[in-house]
Amino acid sequence: MMFNAPETQKMNATLAPASSSNQSSAALPKTFQTVRTPDPEPRKVRVHAQDVSVFYGPKQALFDVSIDIPEKAVTAFIGPSGCGKSTFLRCLNRMNDTIEGARVSGTIQLDGEDLYDPKLDVVELRARIGMVFQKPNPFPKTIFENVAYGPRIHGLAKSKTDLEQIVVESLQKASLFNEVKDRLHEVGTGLSGGQQQRLCIARAIAVSPEVILMDEPCSALDPIATAKIEELIDELRANYTIVIVTHSMQQAARVSQRTAFFHLGILVEEGPTEMMFTSPAEKRTQDYITGRFG
Amino acid sequence: MVAHTVTSFDEELAAIDRIIRDMGHFAAAMVDAATSALLEGEQEKARRVIADDAVMDARQRELDERAITLIAKRQPMADDLRTVVGAIRIASDLERIGDLAKNLGKRVSAVDRSTAPQTFTHSIETMAALVHQQLERVVDIYIARDAEALKPLRADDEKIDVQYTAVFRELLTYMMEDPRNITACTHLLFCAKNLERIGDHVTNIAENAYYVMTGTQLPANRPKVDETGTPSAVI
Repeated sequence: MMFNAPETQKMNATLAPASSSNQSSAALPKTFQTVRTPDPEPRKVRVHAQDVSVFYGPKQALFDVSIDIPEKAVTAFIGPSGCGKSTFLRCLNRMNDTIEGARVSGTIQLDGEDLYDPKLDVVELRARIGMVFQKPNPFPKTIFENVAYGPRIHGLAKSKTDLEQIVVESLQKASLFNEVKDRLHEVGTGLSGGQQQRLCIARAIAVSPEVILMDEPCSALDPIATAKIEELIDELRANYTIVIVTHSMQQAARVSQRTAFFHLGILVEEGPTEMMFTSPAEKRTQDYITGRFG
Repeated sequence: MVAHTVTSFDEELAAIDRIIRDMGHFAAAMVDAATSALLEGEQEKARRVIADDAVMDARQRELDERAITLIAKRQPMADDLRTVVGAIRIASDLERIGDLAKNLGKRVSAVDRSTAPQTFTHSIETMAALVHQQLERVVDIYIARDAEALKPLRADDEKIDVQYTAVFRELLTYMMEDPRNITACTHLLFCAKNLERIGDHVTNIAENAYYVMTGTQLPANRPKVDETGTPSAVI
């Protein structure tokens, strides 16, 4: 099954045959099996991905990734730069659709519903599966408007009071309210980096998502701001399914319950975080997390 | 094993391994010297063993410092993490072995050779030889990272326990034969108990080493043949 972003369909049609014979895929073992270790107490699966491959033009970036992402838990994706972890993360809310020449094959389901169903409204999907990026990117608007924007366009608030309540609650959940309550109508870009990132998390939360994707949310922050975000991730875990891409091994070990290790576009190993960081089953995982390559 | 991207990380881990190896061989030499001092009644040798314990303590502190610095600096993961934590625990067992060897040395002056039963020396010598061999073996296996060799080694602790039970029974007999033997035999019994405890520390080291190498624990139940606590041991 192939899913193409409508605007890239034409280009893919000409590129698809080339991609099957590209060099990087030929160099990789075709029979590779992801090493999987289940949780001692299985969690309910929220997102199910099956044989997901991603091509950027003729180059295959991801090779048959299959993984189940559990609800009310943090799943961390780790791996060296260019290993495909961010690419895979972006598949989960169809962000790759916006990249010209990108093509995704395979199946991704949220609660059994096909995310790549052509009838699916992508804007609505991205409200259900929110995303927080590496660099805080608040809108050049007030703090209030940053958070209110999503609920307003999705029609989540019936009245002005409703909207205010959503904004306050979202800022509270993002542990930012107390710091900004007296200046809700000042611009969001005037906040510190850590506060901006929490504002972006509040903005994601405001539309009541089911899944929150975070692409290196702390890499542009200082250690204190990082600690606050990590604390926040731990609190959000009670209500959301969280997937985080991080370059910091310590961060993955601290915040996640499950860890998936990607290398050269392959999902090498996934398992409970404590096991992945104390005695991983795969030698490549071991070599990466102990700093022997990467 | 592939080298770390940061070379000094490998050097720091190697330095920790070297301390374990040195402490292991030093402890084995202490046990050897303490036993021969006891059996030959050599006071001077016994004093040297007592003094040597300070060396073991200093080496253990050095290892602790290096290990803690390494954790703070490198935040080791997976096998590296197990190696560092394992080394701290192994060094602690080796330090305890040093203490027990020192205790053996201290008893040399208390055991009056003239009243101690001469025939006894053979059984305690056999026991000490077993302990010494086990200790050397576990350190060599750890340095060579040969996980499979640890299983038979751990099982071999049984031989020490069997020998200890034999020594215990033998000493009881001597004490019953002649009450004048009681003082010397009681000290010798403590010596035998110390050797048996050293065997237990070797077993601990083997278990820690296995975890370092494989990331899994050896099964909890291992053969245990110390019958001195059971009624049948009393003749």
